[in-house]
Amino acid sequence: MIEILASPAFNTIQDLGRHGARRFGVSTSGAMDPVALAAGNALLGNDDGAAGIEIQTFPFRLRFAAGTAFALTGADQESTLAGSTVRPWWCAWANAGDILTIAAPRRGARVYATFGGGIDVPRVLGSRSTHLRGGFGGLEGRTLQAGDVVPIGSVPRSTNGRFDFGVAPPDVAIAGVAPADARVLRIRVMRAGEYDLFSEAMQAKFWSTQWKISARSDRGGYRLTGGKLTLDAPVEMRSHGVVAGVVQVPPAGEPIIQMSDANTAGGYPKMAAVIQADLWRLGQAAPGSLIAFSEVSYENAVAAMAPVNDYLAKLRATADLYRAL
Amino acid sequence: MSINQPNAPFVGTIEKSPKISLIGTLAMLVEAPGEFDLVQQGRIWALADAVSAWPNVQEAVIGVTNVMLVFEQPPADIGMLNASIVELWHRVPSREADGKLIEIPVVYGGELGFDLPAVAKRASLSERDVIRIHSEGEYTVCAVASSPGFGYLHGLDPRIHMPRKSVPSLNMRAGSVTIGGMQTGVAVLTSPNGWNSIGWASVAMFDPKSEQPSLMLPGDRVKFRIDRIEL
Repeated sequence: MIEILASPAFNTIQDLGRHGARRFGVSTSGAMDPVALAAGNALLGNDDGAAGIEIQTFPFRLRFAAGTAFALTGADQESTLAGSTVRPWWCAWANAGDILTIAAPRRGARVYATFGGGIDVPRVLGSRSTHLRGGFGGLEGRTLQAGDVVPIGSVPRSTNGRFDFGVAPPDVAIAGVAPADARVLRIRVMRAGEYDLFSEAMQAKFWSTQWKISARSDRGGYRLTGGKLTLDAPVEMRSHGVVAGVVQVPPAGEPIIQMSDANTAGGYPKMAAVIQADLWRLGQAAPGSLIAFSEVSYENAVAAMAPVNDYLAKLRATADLYRAL
Repeated sequence: MSINQPNAPFVGTIEKSPKISLIGTLAMLVEAPGEFDLVQQGRIWALADAVSAWPNVQEAVIGVTNVMLVFEQPPADIGMLNASIVELWHRVPSREADGKLIEIPVVYGGELGFDLPAVAKRASLSERDVIRIHSEGEYTVCAVASSPGFGYLHGLDPRIHMPRKSVPSLNMRAGSVTIGGMQTGVAVLTSPNGWNSIGWASVAMFDPKSEQPSLMLPGDRVKFRIDRIEL
């Protein structure tokens, strides 16, 4: 068990999401940076999909009620355990009574705290992710607050062992994903259904603009500012399913990227869709930061997942080896 | 349709195919051609039923005359998948609205149906007429989307169509019976809502603990029954 001592707002229990229930109107939820969550779980020997805490407001503090292995992944932050520094992308052992304090990130938006055995709240519709709008999943369907006691699952013997090691984060370890211009995050997208309805000038603007992620952005979606994309003739769309990463353009012209908590349905023209291999990087982009879009083909979008999957597979193999030493 | 129909001499030979587009590598949207009608919606239901059983399809998410396929893995051959869907579209018979009949008792008007006077005024009808027209209709669940268990109901009498509000009501109660444009529905969550509330129903629309969490499913029919009128 862990006890939450301080959690400013919007910090929730998340796993890799609730899949297969969109047809009931249930959005997937799930970690905004699934690679970081999976990596934290791999460090500890958990399944990739074990639930952790997604922390997006700081400082966050918790106390361990019993000896527990944990890992911190995601945004680059400075944390302390019982007063000693815990490095990012590192796993460690906490003794009963130890307090973990996680400070605001230097870079990135979301920190993932994972625990050996995973957070053991009940699965709802197959997932432990918090569905805030619906009020279910996670801890009573709500954000964490001081005083909450969060149950941790028991650890199979095979995942016990040594804990005090780390890995290179994926934006360092995966070659080729680091943007040439570090000030602007390059996000790869594929064209989507209504791309061709926009004039060539609007299409060009979409690719050339450095879009700012506005302050009115959250787990539901990122609103972008920096330009307006308008159609020569308005198009009436019927309500249809959408997935995280879709870039929709409402009549006012400023695009919105749907994220983990997005509604299951949309009805605005779809310009593009962020590829799976870059969604986790977008999940770490903070409001106020700049992004720009590059086009990739379907084949290249599929191929782009290979380095991500390789990274996670190697990380797991290395972590298994270290724990056994 | 018959090819003898004078206005549509080539129907059957050049029937349009659905528009198929990708949303990234894990989702594909299939949109029925033409105007909205229940026949096209029924073909979407039938298509969704069929493709749900295909390997690699995690689920088929029904919308308004469209369906989004969500994949477990990026499909290996998009061209072949497109062709299979088009072929199926032309072959599959439209499904009737053959689901269950859901009867929903409504307390019309009153504190929770606070937009009833505005709906009546806009329709140039009395409040009692709005209630009568709404409760006499039979509605079809086209899709479940937007909120957990929220059914998109087709069949609202045009006399009581009512545009959505430009400023949403901040805390509309779950169970509110609402009109938004040409649709009616039952709010599932207490939340900001731009539709117009004309009453309230105490029916549990969604239970996340159930394997089948949504009371309404595509193809179901819905009737609203007057439980009480509070004017």
